[in-house]
Amino acid sequence: MIVAQRKSIPELIDILKGQKKILVLGCGTCVTVCLAGGEREVSINASALRIASRLKNLAFEVEELTIERQCDNVFIEKAADTIKRNDVVLSLGCGAGVQAIAERYDKPVYAGLDTVFIGILEERATWTEKCIACGKCVLHEYGGICPVTRCAKHMLNGPCSGSREDRCEVRADRPCAWQLIYQRLKNIGELDRLKSIKAPKNWGTSIHGGSRVVIREDHRI
Amino acid sequence: MSNENSEPLLIAFCCQYCSYSAADLAGSMRLQYPPNVRIIRTPCTGRLEVEFFMKAFEKGADGILVAGCLEGGCHFTEGNLLARGRVGYTRKFLSESGLEEERIRMINISAAQARPLVDYINEMLATLKNLGPSPLKSMNPSKNAEIRI
Repeated sequence: MIVAQRKSIPELIDILKGQKKILVLGCGTCVTVCLAGGEREVSINASALRIASRLKNLAFEVEELTIERQCDNVFIEKAADTIKRNDVVLSLGCGAGVQAIAERYDKPVYAGLDTVFIGILEERATWTEKCIACGKCVLHEYGGICPVTRCAKHMLNGPCSGSREDRCEVRADRPCAWQLIYQRLKNIGELDRLKSIKAPKNWGTSIHGGSRVVIREDHRI
Repeated sequence: MSNENSEPLLIAFCCQYCSYSAADLAGSMRLQYPPNVRIIRTPCTGRLEVEFFMKAFEKGADGILVAGCLEGGCHFTEGNLLARGRVGYTRKFLSESGLEEERIRMINISAAQARPLVDYINEMLATLKNLGPSPLKSMNPSKNAEIRI
């Protein structure tokens, strides 16, 4: 899922300064699961904005709404009336959600969250990055552990020999991805995969080649 | 809601397994505590959400006391630990919004601790008196501030 983090109230006030009718729009999918932009967070942020508005004379009128998914037009349409009667939208969706709303309505749409990464819930209230969406998955080569995402140096032919006590030398709070890869391949009997030298990765499939589009011709009418 | 010149209004969310019984015991023991504390019985402090606290402040509460079981003694194992985190999270939002974070506090007591409960209530009310009335109290309630549960 996509993981995001909240912006502080002073940051939001700075973004919204001078606006009157504000819709805080939540998303019921990824950002709900990562406790950043679901119905509950919409309510908390809206309350905080209303309190700040009254204490700092900002004249905000804050309305709340959460839709099932901000990145899908079917669900965005359900918010049409509410969006239309407000001056601006403060989206608590991920970056994709903010842009999906902005493309469909002729009014300011602001990001209320910082979208951080694609990841998983590692343990209670802890999310970790697992995928950078490079566009050409190599997970099968590495026992299901992504060196592109989880090795700080993105090494396809690791390890770098800089790890200490199975910790990454760049970020000591994170495990060395190559230690994990070696252990995993050993456990599943696929250590031989490490004997071949991997060619340099074609980063053209990643964001470096410009924004990407996926088209399924067989589903187009 | 009481007006600006009155005593501070303290909302006390009391877990039914500990502090609510302690409040009951305080009554049986004839212990006095001020009438401007509104006790709300909750099935467990883990039921309380950050938005409940925010809405209470929006509607003019001067302070909130969340009274849960002793740590390790929650009937639902970890409800009071969840509440502790939520109270901390609320404090962050309050101070970012411009309201004093001391206006909300979590305490842990057992059903037998009637006197400590009364002491905590008095302590919290003293804190609120020092802070003065909530600035939100004298203003019109926010539009859309109704609680939806």
